[in-house]
Amino acid sequence: MSDLTALSNSYQNWYRFSRNPTAVIGLIIVVVSILAAILAPHITPYPDHAGAFVDFRNRHQPPSWDHWFGTDNVGRDILTRVIFGLRVSLLLAFVVLIIAVPFGTIMGLLAGYFGGWTEIVIMRLTDIALALPPLIMALAVAAVLEPSLMNAMLAIASLWWTWHTRLVYSMVRQIRALEYVEAAETLGASKFHILFREILPNCVSAIAVKTSLDAGFVILVGASLSFLGLGIQPPTPDLGTMVADGAQGLPDYWWESMLPGVSILFVALGFNLLGDGLRDLFDVEDVR
Amino acid sequence: MTAALEIRDLVKTYPVRNAFGRVSGAVRAVDGVSFTIPSGGVYGLAGESGSGKSTIARMIMGLTEPDEGDILIDGVSVLGQGERAKVQMVFQNPGASLNPRRTVGQSIKVPLVAHTYQGDRKGRIGDLLDMVQLPRHFADRYPHELSGGQKQRVAIARALAVSPRLLVLDEPTSALDVSVQAKVIDLLEELGRQLGLTYLFISHDLSLMRNFAQTVGVLYLGKIVETGPVARVFERPGHDYTRLLLASVPVISTEEAAMRPVIPLINGEMPTAEDLMALRAGLNPKETAR
Repeated sequence: MSDLTALSNSYQNWYRFSRNPTAVIGLIIVVVSILAAILAPHITPYPDHAGAFVDFRNRHQPPSWDHWFGTDNVGRDILTRVIFGLRVSLLLAFVVLIIAVPFGTIMGLLAGYFGGWTEIVIMRLTDIALALPPLIMALAVAAVLEPSLMNAMLAIASLWWTWHTRLVYSMVRQIRALEYVEAAETLGASKFHILFREILPNCVSAIAVKTSLDAGFVILVGASLSFLGLGIQPPTPDLGTMVADGAQGLPDYWWESMLPGVSILFVALGFNLLGDGLRDLFDVEDVR
Repeated sequence: MTAALEIRDLVKTYPVRNAFGRVSGAVRAVDGVSFTIPSGGVYGLAGESGSGKSTIARMIMGLTEPDEGDILIDGVSVLGQGERAKVQMVFQNPGASLNPRRTVGQSIKVPLVAHTYQGDRKGRIGDLLDMVQLPRHFADRYPHELSGGQKQRVAIARALAVSPRLLVLDEPTSALDVSVQAKVIDLLEELGRQLGLTYLFISHDLSLMRNFAQTVGVLYLGKIVETGPVARVFERPGHDYTRLLLASVPVISTEEAAMRPVIPLINGEMPTAEDLMALRAGLNPKETAR
């Protein structure tokens, strides 16, 4: 019985989602990007070009059938390196969000439910963190420690959780005043039960939307960092680094920076469209 | 025999703050309320919105701490006690008091887990659904799949899960259709007889209260202005506010209409209790229509 209703619910949700063309485009972009990144060694035309490969005879080749995105200043296939570069971008987004989202959510739950000093301490911390742009923080961390992907991820994650704290905090403030939370309190339910079983499930849709939108932004910040030379270090392919390197050849060798740049835009756009689509889906559900 | 519930001189005030956050006064939401409910009795607390009915319910449930006074259940003070399994509450709006993301079974299980119910929890949930005359397979349903009356039955089942002695009913039928209201009241009466429950019935619906309660207290601006057996209070209301409440009850038959107190209209509308009391005291209410 419950399986059936759950199934029909998820089918209804999928049907509504599938009627939203931009959301479906977003989902396709995200799924294709993730699959491409995972399967990179198997689907790229020149897998060995991902590393320290040099072929000076074929340097600065414009896009052609052999090299769809052209070649760079040492003759490496740019399409291959873009697909391998996706790995770094998606890994960055994944690691940052897997740290920032749960941590930010728990902080928001605590601040919103308990109030008082807990709220003051946590929310003032988020105020401080929100005053620092993540890019500046990452620059500072890279300057003090050393430029690496791990440091960049930690720097971004250390500030990014605050957005989720703010979101969850504002939702908890509304939900805790609802009767079903009071009902659970009068029934003697534990704080843990109320926070994670009664309140959190009603925040999940908003968190999912925000996480999806965030993935796009984190990818942009990560690309900006590697554009400045503070992300992952060569010869590992990275979209931001490729834009920076290719920019030296502008405007003659436009494909060397333009096409990796467009790829960043494409992936970030995919996550944003998906997030918007999810938001539309959940908004309808809340009204219902 | 000790009373199931005894309320002694309960006071709750809320500070009024001005634009700068300074305390400029206080609202006495509940102002020295006392009453007792004998075991197995039904006490009706009547009053308009803002008269303090829900504040009293919240204090009995421990959601709000009173400023003064005491609350005794079976002769034992419950103030400062976290756990109050002996008293449970049915909320006004069943659409809001059940978590939309949790199934009926999951909602009913909450008090069983909270009060560490030993034994077959699944069976107990089924028994509770039987008690409120819902099919057992409703345990797997979500609240949005249920009607208002069904949801309120679930809320009653949940309140009964830990076998309380006293049930606080905070306007349990005001969010329901009239046809469903009577069914829910019937169910509550039936359960009250079977389980020996004591009810505190909070409502502004006097016609329901006339049928359901034995004793009634009329709450006005945080004070009980009139109290006594239902029949006496409804036939010979002693306070203007009670008359006003009774005059607001829609009636069907001529006998009922004859019982209804006559209230002078002011500007074509029902007067407020202040106006009525001023009129009776021989003062002019603010505006008087010719």
